[in-house]
Amino acid sequence: MSKTPVQFRHNGSDVAVFVEGGANLLSVLRESIGDTAPKFGCGQGTCGVCTVLIDGEPHLSCLTLAETVSGRAVETADGLKDGPHLHPLQTAFMEHFAAQCGFCTPGMLMAAKALLDRNPAPTRDEVVEAVSGNICRCTGYEPIINAILSAAGQPGARRA
Amino acid sequence: MLEFRKEFFADERDDNLKEIGKGTQRQDMLGHVTAMTKYFDDHKVQNLLHLKVLRSPHHHARIRHIDVSAAQGAPGVKRVIRGADVPVNINTLLSLLNFGKDDEPSLAVDKVRYKGEPVVAVVATTEREAFEALSKIRVDYDPLPAVFDVEEAIKPGAPVVNEVYPNNTFEYHDKYDHQKLRFGDVEKAFAQADHVLEQRYQMSPIEHAPTETNGTVAAPDTNGRYVVYTGAQGLFFALDTCAKILNVPSNRLHFIGGTVGGGFGGKVDSVTEPLAILGAMLTGRPVRYLHNREEEMQFGPPRGAERIFIKDGVMKDGRIIARYVRSYFDSGAYTRLSSYAVVKCVAHIPGPYTIPNVWADVYCVYTNRTPATAMRGFGITAVDFALETQMDKLAHLVGMNPMEFRILNAYRDGDMKAHRREAKNCALIECVQVAAEKAKWPIRDEFKRMHSRSGGGGDRAVIPHTPGVTPSATPPRPQRTSYERPGMPQPTPQSAPQPMPAAASAPQPPSLPAQPAPVQTQHGATRFSSVFGTRRR
Amino acid sequence: MAKHRGRGMASINYPIGMNLGGDPSQALVHSNPSGKFTVSLSAIDLGQGMKSVTRQICAETLGVPVEDVYVDTADSDTGPHDMGSFASRGTHRVGNAVMAAAKEARGVMMEAAAQELEVNAADLETDGRGNIHVRGAPHRSISVRDVAIAAQFRQGRTISGRGIFLVPLSSVDPETGEMTPATCYAHACLVADVEVDDETGEVTMIEMNSAYELGRALNPRLVEQQLVGGAWMGLSHAIYETTEPYYPDRKDGPRDFNEYLMPGPGDICPHNIAVLERPAPDGPFGGKGPGEMCANPVLPAVANAVFNAVGVRIDELPVTPEKVLRAIKAQGGARPQPKFG
Repeated sequence: MSKTPVQFRHNGSDVAVFVEGGANLLSVLRESIGDTAPKFGCGQGTCGVCTVLIDGEPHLSCLTLAETVSGRAVETADGLKDGPHLHPLQTAFMEHFAAQCGFCTPGMLMAAKALLDRNPAPTRDEVVEAVSGNICRCTGYEPIINAILSAAGQPGARRA
Repeated sequence: MLEFRKEFFADERDDNLKEIGKGTQRQDMLGHVTAMTKYFDDHKVQNLLHLKVLRSPHHHARIRHIDVSAAQGAPGVKRVIRGADVPVNINTLLSLLNFGKDDEPSLAVDKVRYKGEPVVAVVATTEREAFEALSKIRVDYDPLPAVFDVEEAIKPGAPVVNEVYPNNTFEYHDKYDHQKLRFGDVEKAFAQADHVLEQRYQMSPIEHAPTETNGTVAAPDTNGRYVVYTGAQGLFFALDTCAKILNVPSNRLHFIGGTVGGGFGGKVDSVTEPLAILGAMLTGRPVRYLHNREEEMQFGPPRGAERIFIKDGVMKDGRIIARYVRSYFDSGAYTRLSSYAVVKCVAHIPGPYTIPNVWADVYCVYTNRTPATAMRGFGITAVDFALETQMDKLAHLVGMNPMEFRILNAYRDGDMKAHRREAKNCALIECVQVAAEKAKWPIRDEFKRMHSRSGGGGDRAVIPHTPGVTPSATPPRPQRTSYERPGMPQPTPQSAPQPMPAAASAPQPPSLPAQPAPVQTQHGATRFSSVFGTRRR
Repeated sequence: MAKHRGRGMASINYPIGMNLGGDPSQALVHSNPSGKFTVSLSAIDLGQGMKSVTRQICAETLGVPVEDVYVDTADSDTGPHDMGSFASRGTHRVGNAVMAAAKEARGVMMEAAAQELEVNAADLETDGRGNIHVRGAPHRSISVRDVAIAAQFRQGRTISGRGIFLVPLSSVDPETGEMTPATCYAHACLVADVEVDDETGEVTMIEMNSAYELGRALNPRLVEQQLVGGAWMGLSHAIYETTEPYYPDRKDGPRDFNEYLMPGPGDICPHNIAVLERPAPDGPFGGKGPGEMCANPVLPAVANAVFNAVGVRIDELPVTPEKVLRAIKAQGGARPQPKFG
């Protein structure tokens, strides 16, 4: 089967890979690029653990054809840190104990980042809406909502 | 959000500790928020192959013929695995604890007993090629009548789900098709009760639904062993299960677990480890067997359904004087852990209450559905739903405040429990009082003054006369299984060892109290120890 | 054509550890050359915080700061046997094994320090900040780091320990069910406030209030995680979840999260939790395990609250709108019950 070259920006760096026709972005990120931040939870677009940002918008990478990110900017939780410094969302998640098993956390952080980048001072309802596509089976959501609210308005939470 | 009520039981605690009691940050939290925590599928493995499983479309059927020839030659296929390729193709999980009989194949050979049961495995270069090869496999089935209802399954003439248990019930103590609980005389008490309430409750199967599905990556290692990355909840449980099924010494397997993306009991059955390792053995390459979400939902083991009948005798003043529970655990097509759950359930009856007459009969029943497994609250959750709904109905019946009703019937230190052990370290009353206070649910002062530490024992500590049961002259026998070989030394009764003492700053544990029961026996000695590399079968 | 409020309660206890015992856990603790400790386990962290709570137990027992301890798990080559992470057994069984191993390591450490300071080990105490000094004479002190160096390079001692914790297996009487299922129990009581729509059958959670007794809250933040998350799962079991909506008929079984429903972040309600601690005599610092019992009281509390709201009993879980509506119709309409508080 012939492969297609795809060039895109991955967490701020230029990458180029060859992908099979029909390959989804999740498997390309995890297996070809080696970024294991987005996770496989369902492959059906109903759990959100594969959430990444494409040009700033949250997408389910398990249902995104890899070829469609050509020339675009893809962000995963692996790129949230600024060098050694945590993103305010990461710090807030830590302070609020907003992760237990941690499997939903990378996707949850990206959904939260997408929200705060466009809406730096969301209401609780807006936070709830933004993460309603991300399933968490451990925390009961309360600490996650509180973490995102507390990160909002912090310097750096706004898109640079 | 949490309010600590330190004043309760303060005299039993030394709160002068340094690290204990602090809200120290989790050791893994930084890894979680930076996506650096490694789950089983995050280890980089070269030349990974993918294993997918062909599943039965029938609830119950004979397998007449399996034709894998078209799959074997399909693009990307490295190996097709059949039941005959599995070294020990029959197992039961609790054989590791000498409990039960082997009843479940890794790959079905002559019969399928639930829709979704694995029949053939294919290992291929990509997932897509594995799926396409599965579609080329032809299996000829003769469908059989199936049974789905637990009470239908135990009727004479019901389809036999699992020939190892021809009556569709697990066998307890080599003689009963259920586990009994007998304490006092319930029939006599029902006759004396002011009200008798008999109700039926049902909890259906529930999926663990962790965000990470079941899966294993197994790879040949540098030293003739296999490294196995898994989401198993019991590392050595999985390792020893695989060692048995694959007939290899346990130290040929190197299991690496770590953080699991949610378990809740759904990752204890070793559903993916044995075939993944076998695939690695047969191909000489790393193999991943990962459930997709549909598999996880319907064919991964769920919390088993339970049907519970409760009959209570209650007095006008609110005292429950008799409780009879009859319950059926739906184990699905195979035993797995349900046999153990039944016993745990019996131990739990009648709940945290002192009731002078308690009987129970609890069954582990086989039906043609996905085998059930443990889930958060195994053996307890459904029964608690039934018991506490029943308690609410009883309170309503006698016209009593449900909170006060609980406090009245609650167990206290020194009471005798239905499984004939002394109640200790009780705290139900205090929990009810505090919850009532938080919810602004009024209770009368006399109930606010009650304590777990007073009012118990005395008459409440007596084991009542129990008709129809002759007290054992000898200590209860350990459970016997197909693993006992003739001539094996029988376990000898030993005095129970002291529990490990807590650190100096905590109160010393009391020595085990003298019990009216026979002394505990060591069952099967050290039969399960990886440190010494031995495993008793 | 109305929404009715109702409240219900449930009280439970929960046995800690595998039923009947016979579920051992082992731990190894050792110091590196500079007095930092590693705990080797094969116990699995599912998110419940196994690594974190055992780290604190080890640090407390050794008498060193928690930053000087790391927990390594789960590798079958290096971690000694543990039965597994289930049955709420981790804190109790693994915690006790870690304590035993840390006690042994501490014993060696104190002997080594005693040799350096030329006193009896019995006269020494740890300050929990990385130092060991003579009781009553804090200036006569040595750091754990220096003790480790001295022990390993001069004295020839290994500052390490091994631990195993086993509740002996109990057998079950076939005739009476007599057995020893557990050595300690956790307790809980929960009140659920709900609103039931008698036109759609939908149950909305308004608030939960609860009290949980768990022996000792070894780490209050981890306890909070379990109690909040567990109650959420209990709520999910009560109102939403099943793989067989028409059990025992297997039809229409959900295949994905569109069909398998769980409450989302917009479906949760405030939950006010009180924690009580009655130490288990054989628990590590009295700790029991909250991991499973946190969910259990929610199911009956919600079912009882639905009865209080509209007068119908749903005895088959989950309490779906379909079941509530059918029951209300069969009853001839909602019948709200007298309220408590």
